[in-house]
Amino acid sequence: MTNAPSPASPELDDVLARHDHDPTRLLQILIDAQEIAGWLPAPTLTRIAAGLALPRARVEGVAGFYSFLYTRPVGRYRVLFSDNITDRMLGNAGLLDALCRKLWLEPGKTSEDGLVSVTTTSCTGLCDQGPAMLVNGRAIGQLTHRRINEIAELIRQQRPLDLWPAEYFRIDDNIRRTDALLGLDMAPGAALGAAIARGRDGWLDEMRASKLRGRGGAGFATAVKWESARNAAGSAKVVVCNADEGEPGTFKDRVLLNRYADLVFEGMSLAAWAIGASEGFLYLRGEYRYLRPQLEAVLARRRAAGLLGTAILGETGFDFDIRIHLGAGAYVCGEESALIESLEGKRGTPRIRPPFPVTKGYLGRPTAVNNVETHAKTCLIALHGGAAFAATGTAQSTGTKLLSISGDCAAPGIYEYPFGVPITRILEDCGASDTQAVQVGGAAGVCLASYEFQRHIAYEDVPTAGAFMIFDGTRDLFEVARAFVHFFAHESCGFCTPCRVGTSLLKGFMDKLADGHGAKADLNDIDWLDRLLKNASHCGLGSAAPNPVIDTLQKFRPAYERRLVSLDFKPAFDLDAALAEARQLTRRDDPGAHLKTHEESPE
Amino acid sequence: MSKQFLLDGQPVPFEEGQTILEAARAAGHYIPSLCWHKDFPPHGSCKLCVVKAAGRHVSACATPARDGSEVESNTPEMNGERRGLLQMLFVEGNHFCPSCEKSGNCELQALGYEYEMLTPRFRHFFPDRPVDASHPDVLLDFNRCIFCELCVRASRDVDGKSVFALTGRGIQKHLVVNAESGRLADTDFSKDDLAARICPVGVILHKRVGFAVPIGERKFDVATISAQTLKESP
Ligand SMILES: Cc1cc2nc3c(=O)[nH]c(=O)nc-3n(C[C@H](O)[C@H](O)[C@H](O)COP(=O)(O)O)c2cc1C
Ligand code: SF4
Ligand code: SF4
Ligand code: FES
Repeated sequence: MTNAPSPASPELDDVLARHDHDPTRLLQILIDAQEIAGWLPAPTLTRIAAGLALPRARVEGVAGFYSFLYTRPVGRYRVLFSDNITDRMLGNAGLLDALCRKLWLEPGKTSEDGLVSVTTTSCTGLCDQGPAMLVNGRAIGQLTHRRINEIAELIRQQRPLDLWPAEYFRIDDNIRRTDALLGLDMAPGAALGAAIARGRDGWLDEMRASKLRGRGGAGFATAVKWESARNAAGSAKVVVCNADEGEPGTFKDRVLLNRYADLVFEGMSLAAWAIGASEGFLYLRGEYRYLRPQLEAVLARRRAAGLLGTAILGETGFDFDIRIHLGAGAYVCGEESALIESLEGKRGTPRIRPPFPVTKGYLGRPTAVNNVETHAKTCLIALHGGAAFAATGTAQSTGTKLLSISGDCAAPGIYEYPFGVPITRILEDCGASDTQAVQVGGAAGVCLASYEFQRHIAYEDVPTAGAFMIFDGTRDLFEVARAFVHFFAHESCGFCTPCRVGTSLLKGFMDKLADGHGAKADLNDIDWLDRLLKNASHCGLGSAAPNPVIDTLQKFRPAYERRLVSLDFKPAFDLDAALAEARQLTRRDDPGAHLKTHEESPE
Repeated sequence: MSKQFLLDGQPVPFEEGQTILEAARAAGHYIPSLCWHKDFPPHGSCKLCVVKAAGRHVSACATPARDGSEVESNTPEMNGERRGLLQMLFVEGNHFCPSCEKSGNCELQALGYEYEMLTPRFRHFFPDRPVDASHPDVLLDFNRCIFCELCVRASRDVDGKSVFALTGRGIQKHLVVNAESGRLADTDFSKDDLAARICPVGVILHKRVGFAVPIGERKFDVATISAQTLKESP
């Protein structure tokens, strides 16, 4: 790397000025600064550091963390193929190859003239209309060989993206089943007005009565979270809407943001009213960047209508506004404490907890982080009351749940069901046949085999953040698990030893098996790694990373057996018995040396 | 009555606010650590201090002690996990102990002995991590970095310089220095910084003093890391 003196850059100075030279906006500054040259040359990082009075190493540290920030040149056309298992099932690999061949390009490399680079990225949330790609941050779905040919031609002609056919960029909502939320037709401000009329305490009472639980995965009681934030010492409390939606196979938050943005922002305002927050952030994943302009327009409209700003709806002392903060390609930033680090302009590394964000969150202030769907649901509670909300669903899982359905079925898309719906019913509704397995809750979730399809979607049975990926009889569940293992290895933040190294080791073992070099001893090591990841990881990413392997090893064992060199053809291959020799050698017979046959639930 | 918890069945007294690790060591019980340092807030990254408290795995360095809780630490299960974590740290870097100037003073190596790590168990990653010999007084051999961030924290919080930072993500994570050239010589780093003395492994090495103490007579050659640590504990 050369040590060229940083040339004056009015454009960069402009970016810094736009963000008030505020170090907490470092990630936003890097994203904007990258627009100038398409990547972040070393002198740019030096100038940014100087402009923010930050150590340069700190800026380089942040720039190196996020997948969508580039400290080496990339093509002027950056093509990223979405690489979720559903994209793979729809043939994304062949399309990527075809595009590379047309452009005389190696995957992962930049063309010599700097025109184009083509590679893969984690799930882009378009599983219902894949295979999908991002070109310079803009999403294109429903890729076909024909479309790929056209795209190659457009790139060769260096046609600006704005002049590409508009239908490429059309993203469908694919809403297939509506219930209370998706069927709601609410005038902006109606829920907020109702909650203000109840007073802050009365509103929290309704929330408590609703028994609403978080829709982002963990299922924490929302009223309890809000109450803690409200009771926490410190003023200037913060509401964060988690729109990172990085869990592979999940895309319901995209649809909520696209079509129901008012409900989401109104929900954030309802949270602010309950806890007494003055500042709100929508943390929008980089993959959904194309939604930003329309979201800003909704915010502007709400400001003009007196639904954001000072003295909201005439209520003196109720001051609250919302800013959009972009992510830049890091699944771990969906974890709430990593999200807060990212909001502060840092690397997205999960914090040590306690303290929890409700007491010490954004810049040390009490912060309530909720999922997009959670926020939207609170509108229903404000409008119709907590008891009405609690009357649907099950006793422990009240209300409805949005499912993002993709994979092998006739009608992929968004389905809203009351909690308690059985898997069989869902499969029937979306036109799935010959279903071998369903991955519920994304890569971090649970893989269900056909004998479990009588189970129900509910926190107490099969919990889910919303992903529902269907695999029919032609699919290889080993390859499904392997795709998820690749995902976790790519997305590990690298902070803690077990996850940083363990996810890479697990990937190595799965690839070894895929290459036909697997032996029974490898299954022993895989089992051991699974357990260490689960036990010792710092955050939910590492502890969920082995889930796909644990589930498929237990339920689809032949998919693994087939790949072992030292094959054991006994139909009832007993993995635990196979480990007896290893136990003898290591003189172990503790529970940790045995393969448990248990079920895992998502984070 | 003072508060206490049970560590492997033995009572350990503690004061409010103390972590499991601090209280245990003060009472003469060894719980291993790599990224923890008495003068800094807990980091929680290496996970060597993993213990089981109330049936859950937690980092002893970052978890407040709780009255009446039962903690498992020196058990075959926990020590097995620690051995596995050490094996992970060894295979992800390039550790050729016989030729390392830190040998005998290295906490990673000493823990390898302490937990009877006899094989690497996993395939080596053999990462490509060039050495930085640009600085007149100090050599950086990144091959051995375990990402404890002690140098990062010491330089930032004590030396007031922020010479070091981590960049990259996941298994690509690596240390960088505070210069556009990427060279230590182009930073304001000094051999007298705390950051120059705090690395638990053989990354930050002083030039021209190599092997002043012969191998065989070094800190962990003469006593195990558990014995040395307890000797130094308050
Ligand atoms: C690795 C990881 C990724 C996560 N990603 C998301 C996400 O994209 N969206 C989300 O709402 N919650 C995500 N979560 C859960 C959040 O940490 C947090 O529990 C949630 O945002 C709280 O909102 P809720 O109570 O409304 O569900 C993730 C958790 C982990 C461990
Ligand atoms: S478990 Fe993985 S993602 Fe979470 S802190 Fe550790 S390395 Fe980072
Ligand atoms: S150089 Fe040494 S002190 Fe710094 S992070 Fe690496 S191992 Fe830790
Ligand atoms: S010493 Fe506790 S995690 Fe490193």
